[in-house]
Amino acid sequence: MSQSIKKQTQSLKSFFKKKMLSIDEDKGEITITFDQKNIIESLRFLRDRPEFDFKQLIDLCGVDYQEYKIAAQDEKRFCVVCHLLSLSNNQRLRVKVFADDDEFPIFPTMTEVWPNADWYEREAFDLFGLMFVDHPDLRRLLTDYGFVGHPFRKDFPMIGKVEVRYDPTLKRVIYEPVSIDERNNVPRLIRDEGTHRG
Amino acid sequence: MKVLIVAEIKNYTMNFGPQHPAAHGVLRLVLEMDGEVIQRVDPHIGLLHRATEKLAENRTYLQSVPYMDRLDYVSMMMNEHAYVMTIENLLQLKVPIRAQYIRVLFDEITRILNHLLWLGAHALDVGAMTVFLYAFREREDLFDCYEAVSGARMHAAYYRPGGVYRDLPSKMPQFQPSKKQSTSEINKLNKNRTGSLLDFIEDFSKRFPTYVDEYETLLTDNRIWKQRTVGIGVVDPDRAVALGMTGPMLRGSGVEWDLRKKQPYETYSDLDFKIPIGKEGDCYDRYLVRMEEMRESNKIIKQCIDWLRVNPGPVISNDNKVSPPSRSEMKEDMESMIHHFKLFTEGFHIPKGEAYAAVEHPKGEFGTYIISDGANKPYRLKIRAPGFPHLAAINEMTKGHMLSDLVAIIGTQDIVFGEIDR
Repeated sequence: MSQSIKKQTQSLKSFFKKKMLSIDEDKGEITITFDQKNIIESLRFLRDRPEFDFKQLIDLCGVDYQEYKIAAQDEKRFCVVCHLLSLSNNQRLRVKVFADDDEFPIFPTMTEVWPNADWYEREAFDLFGLMFVDHPDLRRLLTDYGFVGHPFRKDFPMIGKVEVRYDPTLKRVIYEPVSIDERNNVPRLIRDEGTHRG
Repeated sequence: MKVLIVAEIKNYTMNFGPQHPAAHGVLRLVLEMDGEVIQRVDPHIGLLHRATEKLAENRTYLQSVPYMDRLDYVSMMMNEHAYVMTIENLLQLKVPIRAQYIRVLFDEITRILNHLLWLGAHALDVGAMTVFLYAFREREDLFDCYEAVSGARMHAAYYRPGGVYRDLPSKMPQFQPSKKQSTSEINKLNKNRTGSLLDFIEDFSKRFPTYVDEYETLLTDNRIWKQRTVGIGVVDPDRAVALGMTGPMLRGSGVEWDLRKKQPYETYSDLDFKIPIGKEGDCYDRYLVRMEEMRESNKIIKQCIDWLRVNPGPVISNDNKVSPPSRSEMKEDMESMIHHFKLFTEGFHIPKGEAYAAVEHPKGEFGTYIISDGANKPYRLKIRAPGFPHLAAINEMTKGHMLSDLVAIIGTQDIVFGEIDR
């Protein structure tokens, strides 16, 4: 398995050369990072060239690197991660693209390369506020009708911002600011000790 | 003077769900209909959105395991499997071989559980009531296996990073006599529960093929069933791949792709089983694929039982940074005590990195993607739900079909909202 991973990394390296920003191999998984500029063209190559043949888009998701910027390309905030699968070569690939602007993250749509990117991009738009240019139908997908904000961003509180209840005097459901406090019993801790195995 | 009004018939919009018995939960479809023919389907999902991924970012790795049960709530342990596998990949943690066999055994039990619910619900949607009752009779036995091993009928939280929570019990729980049931009735119920859990599962695996025959007698050559499913919701293989379909949806279209064979995990490479594929890519072929899968799962279960009977051993990794020490060790050893305390207060830390791991879930490829920044909680967890791209394809699958075929197509997609909305 590791042999074929090395081979795949080599062929990706020699094909994309300067078109990609970086390629990284870790624990048997390859991550390739592309620039926004010619991403669609590169994805087409990944899909159509027989040595790659990534016909299936397994997953597409947004990531907010606000609190973990060192892991991001040039400390950018928003990223789209695609997981691709090639059925004929039995290989997987992870593709990353970062948004140039942290305030208004824009990405080119991948729906023309893989049709099932449609809903995945709607989800990323809904949860992270990522804009996909030329997407045929960029509506919210998972959150409530009339929801304000993008809940999976790191600066969005876990308990949310509004709560609903039925108001008997107005005889309708009303929205109010949340009345509960966020509860966190286990603090988030980063420790390097104790994680090494031996 | 009479005015003659000739009505111009236009497409009209219709709401399907969210409270519709055939919507399999909380699916709301906005249909554009031309008479009884569907022109466009716009699914409105998210009515069961609980933001599992966001919750997991605020919980330790171990605390998120029970959340996984509640994703696809008809194949609970498989969800846990993908999650713990991702953690094990990130930690480069070895799982004891016995734990791997137990996982495979329960994965296949879960596959049968899921397919039985799918079969019952699908047949009920299309109009065959009896199959539902039969399928739920067998599901009850399998829930007893879940309960015997984990204490919970459904939401087991049995798979843990590094193995499984505990070994298979040597005694199967039995029914107790009560005012309502006499001793002879109870003895009858307890007949196959006198031995261990493995004996009970073995007894089930011997009975199960005849049950599948029963379902097939009811459906496979049934004229009504065929009229409702043959040629409905046809997806050709290339399109199925492009639409991101996996599992029986892909195999029904004739693409031979199963992660258990192609990218084997745990001990699947040592087991003997076949991958059934369809030909036409319609609802009927997908039905046949799933029925055959149940038989193959049963074969795998038998092989696992034979192996588990003769190979005792540890069922969870002995790395106490990740898995808890045994109770007896804790009483004797100070270090074990500290490990236990740290593990259940702070949780374990995962070194910086990212990983994606997927299992062949009954519905398709279920995977989780974890980004870790070295903390005791994931920085980002993404759940790849198999039903999500399937439901996204419903517009394409139903175009030009009648309204009643929509119900058959929802049934064949095996929609469960726990995983689609997450």
